[in-house]
Amino acid sequence: MSKQEFTLTVYTENQIGLLNRIAIIFSRRKININSLNTSPSEVPGIHRFNIVIDEVEEVVKKLARQIEKQVDVLKAYYNTNDEIVWQEMALYKMPTDAVTEKVKVERLLHEFGARAIAIRKDYIVFETTGHREETDKLISFLEPFGLIEFVRSARVAIIKDSQGFHSKVKEFERREPGEEVIENEFLDKQEEVFSM
Amino acid sequence: MDTTTTETKKMGKKEDAGKAGHPAAAAPAAARKAGEMLSGSETVLEILLAEGVKTVFGYPGGAIMPVYDALYNYQDKINHILVRHEQGSIHAAQGYARASGKVGVVFATSGPGATNLVTGLADAMIDSTPLVCITGQVYAHLLGTDAFQETDVINITTPVTKWNYQVTDPVEIPTVLAKAFYIARSGRPGPVLVDITKNAQIQTAEYPGYQKCTHIRSYRPKPIVREEYLEEAAKLINAAQKPFVLFGQGVILGKAENEFRHFIEKGGLPAAWTILGLSALPTDHPLNVGMLGMHGNYGPNVLTNECDVLIAVGMRFDDRVTGRLDKYAKQAKIIHLDIDPSEIDKNVKTTVPVWGDCKETLPILTRLIEKKTHPEWLETFHQYAREEMELCINPEIHPTSKILTMGEVIDQLNTLTEGKAILVTDVGQHQMVTCRYAKFTQSKSNITSGGLGTMGFGMPAAMGAKLGAGDRTVISISGDGGFQMTLQELGTIMQCQIGLKMIILNNQFLGMVRQWQELFHDKRYSFTDIQSPDYVTLAKAYQIPGKRISERSELKGALKEMLDTKGAYLLEIMVGKENNVFPMVPQGCSVAEIRLK
Ligand SMILES: Cc1ncc(C[n+]2csc(CCOP(=O)(O)OP(=O)(O)O)c2C)c(N)n1
Repeated sequence: MSKQEFTLTVYTENQIGLLNRIAIIFSRRKININSLNTSPSEVPGIHRFNIVIDEVEEVVKKLARQIEKQVDVLKAYYNTNDEIVWQEMALYKMPTDAVTEKVKVERLLHEFGARAIAIRKDYIVFETTGHREETDKLISFLEPFGLIEFVRSARVAIIKDSQGFHSKVKEFERREPGEEVIENEFLDKQEEVFSM
Repeated sequence: MDTTTTETKKMGKKEDAGKAGHPAAAAPAAARKAGEMLSGSETVLEILLAEGVKTVFGYPGGAIMPVYDALYNYQDKINHILVRHEQGSIHAAQGYARASGKVGVVFATSGPGATNLVTGLADAMIDSTPLVCITGQVYAHLLGTDAFQETDVINITTPVTKWNYQVTDPVEIPTVLAKAFYIARSGRPGPVLVDITKNAQIQTAEYPGYQKCTHIRSYRPKPIVREEYLEEAAKLINAAQKPFVLFGQGVILGKAENEFRHFIEKGGLPAAWTILGLSALPTDHPLNVGMLGMHGNYGPNVLTNECDVLIAVGMRFDDRVTGRLDKYAKQAKIIHLDIDPSEIDKNVKTTVPVWGDCKETLPILTRLIEKKTHPEWLETFHQYAREEMELCINPEIHPTSKILTMGEVIDQLNTLTEGKAILVTDVGQHQMVTCRYAKFTQSKSNITSGGLGTMGFGMPAAMGAKLGAGDRTVISISGDGGFQMTLQELGTIMQCQIGLKMIILNNQFLGMVRQWQELFHDKRYSFTDIQSPDYVTLAKAYQIPGKRISERSELKGALKEMLDTKGAYLLEIMVGKENNVFPMVPQGCSVAEIRLK
């Protein structure tokens, strides 16, 4: 099995210290986090983490279990890139003269789907949203024209198959949560498991 | 967290509880009513009482003084054991928890008090011991200012706690502490730390009454039991010719000793234990085939690689048990019963996973399996046992040399205690020898630092075990190295009159490390030659009677004297300096490569 990009989606209580508790699950195993986003989810009071790492599936599965084991974590999922829709936002600060004088730049910004979000005499800030390769391509294009500063956000991802978390939370709140919540991944792969 | 509830519910205490207060007590203690205004500190103690806590191990200091001040009024209800070092308090709480099955409780101050708990937390975390540690913290307004004795206890202890939380407002205390106890004892138990800022201990809030925590939406202590897995497991067991059961502390923590015995008896299944599983099954049970792992028994190690179905119950395939993983039980189908889903497939790939509390899963499995015996297979274990008896065990417990061995001490002790005592070991050769040779007739009788291997654990843990074990005899067995790590607790034994028996097996070396140096480092004894004080005189300074012996002729009499003496006793036994513990699975070798010498 070779390493590939996995996105973990973690639903948690909104608890101080939990970010550290989750982060050290990776650092303890000397696994680098490529990208980390945390923000409130669609359900009030519940936070959602998106964590991107390069690892083999076997390891990612164990990490997900270790994360889910934490008292304040409701659920941890992990997905390959085919199973999610994701975006990263990037901001580029360019010298205004370079942009205005070299029309080509502006045209290309359109090709890259960029928007100008701040225009000043000395600089313009553009924004694009897309996959890593796309934002990377724009950097290498802009660099020769004097790119001043660049920043990229963490990945935000939606799991294609997911039904959201509203109904799940109701289940969690029950004293005896239903099977839906205690998903047993072995059960879904019963054939595979029992024929080993 | 909803802390605004003002439900007026009386606590489950007698109305006159306050009358028996400490003579100097100004206010009546305990059974405070909902709706009363209480300081955070009083609330802490009320919650402890409501949780049934009778014993607390601790050490005071600036940041936890308000709790200690409140404790002054609760001395008749809570037995506070003043230790000599916070590490001693947490090991004592661990011993208390392991012997009693209850949650161990610790008080410590901020800064150095709290950091002194870290080793014990790590130990309790890896050995799944339920603890609630309450640490004082600087005033909330000083957090992050490098105030006197401020350390970031929450972040320091995050990797070594099941859960931790910092309280800065007294209103939070009832719910947070109820949650702490629930988390510590439920599911796979573990240590919890609650850090309370000094202002929250002092400020008053309306006491809402005690409300037990029984559910946290993000926490699922027990996975739902799926019978279809148990059916698959039963099919494998029923078809097995050479089934082999490995059991760990899960059986003890799940209080499933009887369920476990019924299971192996119905299936006629040979069973071997990890050192934390020891005593869950009586040593002389006909299906008990011995100890697993690095210094375990010959048969169980070799036959792990010959069985056809391996059934692991409440154990986690630690590397000291499995040896080299890529050569571990590769021929076998593996059934793993565990309450912690993250343990399944962590180290050893399972054929059939059985998630759940073994108290629930074992009876179902017992119902599903056929009644069987496997006489030939069991005989294979006995053959190996005979070989081990001849080559390792007999020379250890009936030595030809004049010099005493650790094994004969334990063997003699078995005879005198009839396997009824609780043995608490430190870490090293004496630990392995004790686990190998001790005989137990009841559960929760073997207390040792398994996962972390913490030297200095033994004597303080035994102190706690003695307080948690009622009338049972508790004996700590330490090496001359480990005993010196926490011997300050002799002061606690003296002051609190804890009737603990202490044996020091003195080989004048850091024996286990010396053994490795002998076997793997050309006998280069680099800093393992260790001197001891005169332990008998030391004990005497603490008003504890004691004796040193080195002759075989004195052994039985000295052990008997120790056991017959009322109260604490220290017995130093001089044993062979360069004896080794065998069998041994050298690190990096497969269990089948176990060496008998
Ligand atoms: C706190 C701690 N430090 C170091 C070690 C490494 N260690 C393991 S066994 C051992 C030797 C123990 O010597 P002693 O207490 O005399 O017991 P013996 O092995 O001789 O029975 C050492 C140093 C440890 N386990 N724990």
